[in-house]
Amino acid sequence: MNRKDWAQLGKGLGFLSPWLIGFFAFTLIPVGLSFYYSLCEYSLLQKPLYIGLDNYRQLWADPIFWKALTNTFYYALMALPSGMMVSLGLALLLNADIRGQAIYRTIIFLPSLVPTVASAMLWLWLFNAKLGLINNLLGKVGIEGPGWLTTPEWALPALAFMSLWGVGHTVVIYLAGLQDVPRELYEAAEIDGARSWRRLWHITLPMLSPVIFFNLVMALIGTMQVFAVPYIMTGGGPTRSTYFFTMYLYDNAFTYLKMGYASAMAWVQLLIILCLTGFSFWSSRKWVHYQSK
Amino acid sequence: MLTQPTDTDIQTDQSELGALALGDAARADASKSHSTSMRRGKNSERLMTHLGLLLISIGFLLPFVWMLSTSLKTLDKTMEFPPQFLPSPAVPANYWTVLTSEKVDFPLFTRNTLIIAVLSVLGTTLSSAIVAYGFSKINFKGRGVLFALMLATMMIPFPVTMVSLFSLFRWLGDNTGIAWLGTFKPLWVPAWFGSAFNIFLLRQFFMTIPNELSESARIDGCSEWGIFRRIILPLARPALTVVALFTFMGTWNDFLGPLVYLQRPEQYTLALGLQAFQSQHGGTEWNLLMAASVLVLSPIIVLFFLTQKTFIQGIATTGMKG
Repeated sequence: MNRKDWAQLGKGLGFLSPWLIGFFAFTLIPVGLSFYYSLCEYSLLQKPLYIGLDNYRQLWADPIFWKALTNTFYYALMALPSGMMVSLGLALLLNADIRGQAIYRTIIFLPSLVPTVASAMLWLWLFNAKLGLINNLLGKVGIEGPGWLTTPEWALPALAFMSLWGVGHTVVIYLAGLQDVPRELYEAAEIDGARSWRRLWHITLPMLSPVIFFNLVMALIGTMQVFAVPYIMTGGGPTRSTYFFTMYLYDNAFTYLKMGYASAMAWVQLLIILCLTGFSFWSSRKWVHYQSK
Repeated sequence: MLTQPTDTDIQTDQSELGALALGDAARADASKSHSTSMRRGKNSERLMTHLGLLLISIGFLLPFVWMLSTSLKTLDKTMEFPPQFLPSPAVPANYWTVLTSEKVDFPLFTRNTLIIAVLSVLGTTLSSAIVAYGFSKINFKGRGVLFALMLATMMIPFPVTMVSLFSLFRWLGDNTGIAWLGTFKPLWVPAWFGSAFNIFLLRQFFMTIPNELSESARIDGCSEWGIFRRIILPLARPALTVVALFTFMGTWNDFLGPLVYLQRPEQYTLALGLQAFQSQHGGTEWNLLMAASVLVLSPIIVLFFLTQKTFIQGIATTGMKG
């Protein structure tokens, strides 16, 4: 490196310095520190005491940990595919050239703006077994709705259903992707006589696959973090049927003051996210089609 | 688009994204669908689309209607079976009851939320712009590696660092004499060190600003900071607005952060306050709870309608250039 290179490096790092400091203080050190804590017994009140891998061993044998983990995965299995299909379907509908489209778009986008806590309150009321709107509407068609949030079998699906109300954000991203698909492709397909579902399968979806992939990764990471909605609406119940990974982490840290145990969970969470993202990237080679520009 | 675009490139780029703004959507699409052959014989399909969208829209709006209607009912009427959609009598006074509630101080929570939000917005917009300038307009060795590292940090969610950050802030308080826990600091100070997502967003925008602009300023003897201040920042206003908006809404929304760091009720944000309100009222006064939720929600909706175009462009950008 010559003098000019060094000068450039200095300037560059100068501009990067806020992020570099923040990266050390708020990411690298905490992540490292939580790895150290995960090897300790640490209650905040006393100094951390090194205990090796005991926390991880305990986690392995902890039925509540497994319950929280499987709940989170079940929720992901319910919420992700349905959310993906609904948001894609809506984007395709909203991309059609029809009157009043701007109004439809606004209406479908609005719910995704509702602050999490407000939407938790609203759905608590909508899901109310006796007086809630959902069971009332079901009653009109002769179905007796269950106590959505009070029966263990229904609570998790109910939360997954609720998440569909907020797909507007994803829909906008898909819409943007759809407008990027070159018109010529459709015109060529039209001339070849391809029907609309084939156009969807052979043009729209492949062209959209990078956006689908981006949304999938974001949604996977998001699901691992679900906290506020179950915390407020069900407190994890009934019988821990909506007890999520992050809730157990939070409880260990701030309710039981088992900071070491919670840190071990944080590391497990980090590893799961890394694995899921890694897997998504690996599999994306097979199904994501990047347009060469 | 990433390699030295010209002025016209920027313009077309923006107008394409602009077409995504909800208000412009219909017009943009009408002008785009040119081939008449595509339209022929599609009337039934179009009717089905309309019908589908109409039904879905009703479904998406119903919760809002139910929320508003409940917020205007008397307590008795919320218990009525079957429930009525139109509240009679309508009691707008519910909103006043919420605002003046002795148990839960909503004006104070609004003030707290605004303080944290404004500090976070200022901090993250300024610092992220500075860092994004370094990542887009200065060529130096290792830039690519650092950028990849920054993108990777986006995958680390708050719960992962929550515990150790908590003990770090506690340690800071014990050893410097300046308290962090139980203050707003843990919620806004980190924002002043840039956030990966915002830096990424701004960097993508800065890349569309022609390098000729900064190069010629450099030849004229302008310092890097001068180029950043006088050339890049003014041009980047739309992108900066997007970052400011997203951050504001993120802070308004945040529940876990305040839950972990704030300790006394008089420091609560609206998100925590609303939850406290629910638990204080035993979760049965649905009319008041819905009125409170409407109050928490309405500033965001107003903000959205005021900034619709910028807002939608911002979301569209996040998914497209990843």
